[in-house]
Parts: sequence; structure tokens; C-alpha cells
Amino acid sequence: MKQVYAVPKALQPRATHYCPGCTHGIAHKLVAEAIDELGVRDRTVGVAPVGCAVFAYDYFDCDFQQASHGRAPAVATGIRRALPDAVVFAYQGDGDLASIGAAEIVHAAMRGERITVIFINNAIYGMTGGQMAPTTLVGQKTTTSPAGRKLEHAGSPIRIAEMLSTIPGAAYVARVALSSPAHVARAKRAIRKAFDTQLAGAGFSLVECLSTCPTNWGMAPIEAMTWLEENMIPYYPLGEFRTPEGGASNG
Amino acid sequence: MSKVVFDEAKCKGCGVCVHFCPKKVIQMADRINAKGYHPAYLANEGDCISCGTCGRMCPDAVIEVFKP
Ligand SMILES: Cc1ncc(C[n+]2csc(CCOP(=O)(O)OP(=O)(O)O)c2C)c(N)n1
Ligand code: SF4
Repeated sequence: MKQVYAVPKALQPRATHYCPGCTHGIAHKLVAEAIDELGVRDRTVGVAPVGCAVFAYDYFDCDFQQASHGRAPAVATGIRRALPDAVVFAYQGDGDLASIGAAEIVHAAMRGERITVIFINNAIYGMTGGQMAPTTLVGQKTTTSPAGRKLEHAGSPIRIAEMLSTIPGAAYVARVALSSPAHVARAKRAIRKAFDTQLAGAGFSLVECLSTCPTNWGMAPIEAMTWLEENMIPYYPLGEFRTPEGGASNG
Repeated sequence: MSKVVFDEAKCKGCGVCVHFCPKKVIQMADRINAKGYHPAYLANEGDCISCGTCGRMCPDAVIEVFKP
């Protein structure tokens, strides 16, 4: 029989600690598929965040380093500069990247650092038990916004892809969703394109992945995917915000 | 060999494959696996079209898909 779908080789053959239905696992697979397709596993170095993906080094079958909270782009920069031939990616959540690590990501993009960042936006702090993140939607209930996020109090949710796309060094910036087969197919192409951008030496690349956190959203996995599509996509539009060719497109 | 092969020990019973299968041929088993979850299984192989959707959507890399 012909194989139609195979588990990517750049993943280790083991169970993850992610909650049932959490889309971190889908993002891991798409990154591993890009590494497999490009045949670069032996020279790829990943940088894990602080957050639910902290154990990514146990799940990917390539070299890995774990960074302190929010500092993955700085650690990835060091690896990039020390190993010019390496394929370097950082994998970060929205608490990690958009809150404590906001400075690191902006300056890595400003420098046009030749790294790829996979940014998991699940609109909440997952690992620590569901606190409000900079990306939490207005009105969204979290343990630290039990009555829903208030605009007057916490400001508006940060749109990282749009913000970074104003930076000249950011060669490829896209936002995708991990909530349906069609969206996952587009996400796969975007992640591959981000790695292609790095390999072509074009500069910094980032793919923001709208993701679910069923546990801290208090929803079943499919209910969470529906909530993402109905609530997150209207505020966080999908598409390519910046490409090496200079174009942008809605996806 | 089955068209859809499950690495059952890794399954967390999330039901994502069941939901997105266009032919609705996957179900959750009554028994539980070593992790304590009801694992997904191919309940109706005859109607499976080997599209690979379940494999691509599974967050836990449980599923591989084959076409005769
Ligand atoms: C310096 C420091 N501050 C705070 C924390 C606590 N902390 C651990 S994970 C986390 C946020 C995780 O949320 P996110 O980055 O969105 O990832 P997720 O778990 O949702 O995937 C925080 C605040 C820490 N570990 N280190
Ligand atoms: S807490 Fe949320 S982000 Fe973390 S593994 Fe569970 S579902 Fe995923």
C-alpha cells in the first residue's frame, strides 16, 4: 500500500505531555515536516521557550536548546552567529514572545536575524494555569480576568504579525490557524516558506499560529477549534503580511 | 494491513480525527489504553477513502494513512 500520511521523522517516537486536543502537537508536526522535506535535520537547532512547549527538546529529533522566558530569539541569535550553516528556529508561546519577550522578538526582527520563529498564539498563558496574555481577546475570561478582559484596564490585544511586518528586516511574516484541515494545509505552506526564507538568506521569518488551549479555555477540543474560528480569526486576520518578494496576501 | 494505522499508546482520545474524517469512519473505542484514554480506531475500513485528513489533524502523531 502507498503511504498517504507518515509521522514526520524529525519528531521523536514518543507521547507528548500536551493536553488532549491541544494544537501545539499540530504545530510540532508541521515544523517537523518542513525539516524532513528540506532534509536539514542534521543541521537544525531548535530553541524551546518557557511555557507548555518547554519540553519541545524531548519531542523533536534534532539539536535543541531551552531558553529562559521570552529570550528564545536572543539564544537563537547566538546559535545563528556561532553556527552559520545551521538551520535555527525558535518555538514560542504568546506569554513568552508577546509579553516578557516582546523586546527580544522586535530586535531580532530589526536585525534581520536569519532565524525562523514559530509563534503559538492561544490567547492565554497555558502552562501556568490560564492567566490573561497580551493576546487575550477583549471580553475573554481568564483566571486573572474573571469578568472578561477589559479594554480600559488592559488595553487591546497585541497583533504581533502586523507589528513585526512594519520592520524592514522581517522578510517573511504570516498568520495561520490550526483549527481545520484547510487551515492546517495553509499553515504547512507558511511554515515551509518561513524555513525557505531562512535558507535563502533573506532575513527574519515568523509564522503566528492561532492555536487552541482547550484546558484553560474550559472547552472540549472541537469546541475550542470552533471558538478560535469564530472569535480569534476576526481579530487576528490570516494571511502573509510580508514576503521576501515584497507582497502580502489574505489567506 | 489497515488503511489507517494507530499508534494507540500515544492516543489521548481527543476526538479530532473522528470530527474531521469526511467519511465518519473513525470512532472511539470503549476500552481504555495505558494512558487511560479511549483510543480512536477505524470502525469502517470499507468506507475509508485514504484521504489522510485524520493523520494530518491528529495533534499527537498517532495516525499513519495508507492507500491500497
Ligand atoms: C522569568 C519568568 N517569569 C514567569 C514565569 C512563569 N511562566 C511560566 S510559563 C508562562 C507563560 C506561558 O504562556 P505562553 O507563553 O502563552 O505558552 P503556553 O503555555 O500557552 O503554550 C509564565 C508566565 C517564568 N517561568 N519565568
Ligand atoms: S495547558 Fe493549554 S497550551 Fe498547555 S498543553 Fe494544555 S491545552 Fe496545550
